Amino acid sequence: MAITMLTYDFMQNAFAAAGIVAVLCGSVGFFLVLRAQTFAGHALSHVGFAGATGSILLGLSPFWGLIALTLAAGIGMGLLGRRLHQRDVAIGIVLAMSLGLGLLFLHFFTTYATQATALLFGNILGIDTATVWILLLLGVAAIAALAAIARPLLFASLQPELAEAKGVSLRLISVLFLTIVALAVAECAQIVGVLLVFALMVGPAAAAQILSTRFWFAIALSIALALFEAWLGLVLAFYTDWPTSFWITALSGCIYMVAVLPGSLSGLARRPRDSALAG
Amino acid sequence: MSAVELSGATLAFGARTVLGNVNLTIRDSEFIGVLGPNGSGKTTLMRAILGLIRPRTGAIRVLGKPVGRGNPLVGYMPQTRGALDNVRLRGWDFVASAANGHRWGLPLLRAAARRDVAWALDMVNATDLARRPLAETSGGERQRLLLAQALLGRPRLLLLDEPLISLDPHHQRTIVDLTRTLQKELGIAVLFSAHEINPLLGALDRVLYLGGGHVALGTVSEVINGPVLSRIYGSEIDVIRVSGRIFVMSGGYDVERDAHQHDHGDHNAHL
Repeated sequence: MAITMLTYDFMQNAFAAAGIVAVLCGSVGFFLVLRAQTFAGHALSHVGFAGATGSILLGLSPFWGLIALTLAAGIGMGLLGRRLHQRDVAIGIVLAMSLGLGLLFLHFFTTYATQATALLFGNILGIDTATVWILLLLGVAAIAALAAIARPLLFASLQPELAEAKGVSLRLISVLFLTIVALAVAECAQIVGVLLVFALMVGPAAAAQILSTRFWFAIALSIALALFEAWLGLVLAFYTDWPTSFWITALSGCIYMVAVLPGSLSGLARRPRDSALAG
Repeated sequence: MSAVELSGATLAFGARTVLGNVNLTIRDSEFIGVLGPNGSGKTTLMRAILGLIRPRTGAIRVLGKPVGRGNPLVGYMPQTRGALDNVRLRGWDFVASAANGHRWGLPLLRAAARRDVAWALDMVNATDLARRPLAETSGGERQRLLLAQALLGRPRLLLLDEPLISLDPHHQRTIVDLTRTLQKELGIAVLFSAHEINPLLGALDRVLYLGGGHVALGTVSEVINGPVLSRIYGSEIDVIRVSGRIFVMSGGYDVERDAHQHDHGDHNAHL
């Protein structure tokens, strides 16, 4: 049966695209969760929606509009750095504004209702071979950049003040990282759409950090879970004819809940030893 | 060689002068208790010694050289203010993230760096503890891991910013004793900031008291007395000694204890 599925070009492209994006999202998402910046990642994808619809309006490719605006927003967020930390309201308002702006751009192009659904919820079965190559090139670039900054990024994420004292530029790390996040978000939006980026960027990484306490094992697990969710989602979509994005989000949610469950149950029974004194 | 030397140094935070025209010398292998009310400049002084804040006037020398950022011979334990409560990584990986953490590339450790991490964990008796996730360590255990992290690279000067915060008296004692043992064994200088002098009594060599832009450096009896502290607090201070403990009183209340209890709202002050 799997053989028949792979005889279709669009399924081959879908598997390749999902694989590339899952590896990128699993690794970038690990740091996003570690730095508690998941909401910023979520907001970036919404900014991308305005970029994508804006470029449709201008007659350009929505993919490049999406990338351009997420990158610009990522760099901007990185420059604001710690001033943006815990600013959920400000980020949320920008997020809502971007979606609204995207809606306005679409309004001028009423014929693009299907385009809107594809942007918002993904259209992985519609990815052509040329797009797969673009995803691969950008994905490799983003992973290479992440590998280059991984050590100071980990240090700055866990101990920002010590890292700063040891000569790490927190602002530079923050800008570089959010640029990489913006690329990952733009790629991820091709698979699950801008509204559901959380499912692949955050779900696997969050589950992996609960299931493993070792850095390398956790990051490998995060990638493996993202790949598993993306590919199994595709297979299930092929046989049920339900949307791929539905399956990916469902798998991501279920795996996260299964990971969280044992800890929450024992957490109810027992509190950490002197948490009352830990302030 | 002195560990820290401030000559005519003025430290300002934004428009506010935190410490004005300060001269002081901290000798090599001294344990200094850094005390003073909130906002008196304890953290600012440490950040200046780390080269993160440039003095407006004067000069700072650290271990015989002009102050500079990223000095590997200076170990630092910042206040973490609950930021690590949800980190699920095990203690070992957390401590190791600081080993050459400023260099680009993947966080892979060479054998020498791994030995350094193992040594630092062993120095604070945290080898077993480092196998547990950070989120599941108690306050006192976490402070030991942070101390191990500060020891990476075998520093000659340790700056510990409020390591006793939100610990109960028993764990406070453990951290103070551990720091004193390390300081003597390694022959290094330690600046240990705290809200209250009592947990440090018996361990410290000299006290550095900050307040109102002034500093006083000397032995406990030279510094913790009515006239000196009245100048620092800018109000009438009585120092009361009861069975080996010291209470710094202004009018009817204990200023050090009061400062400690109000600390939880002070997380953003960064001073």
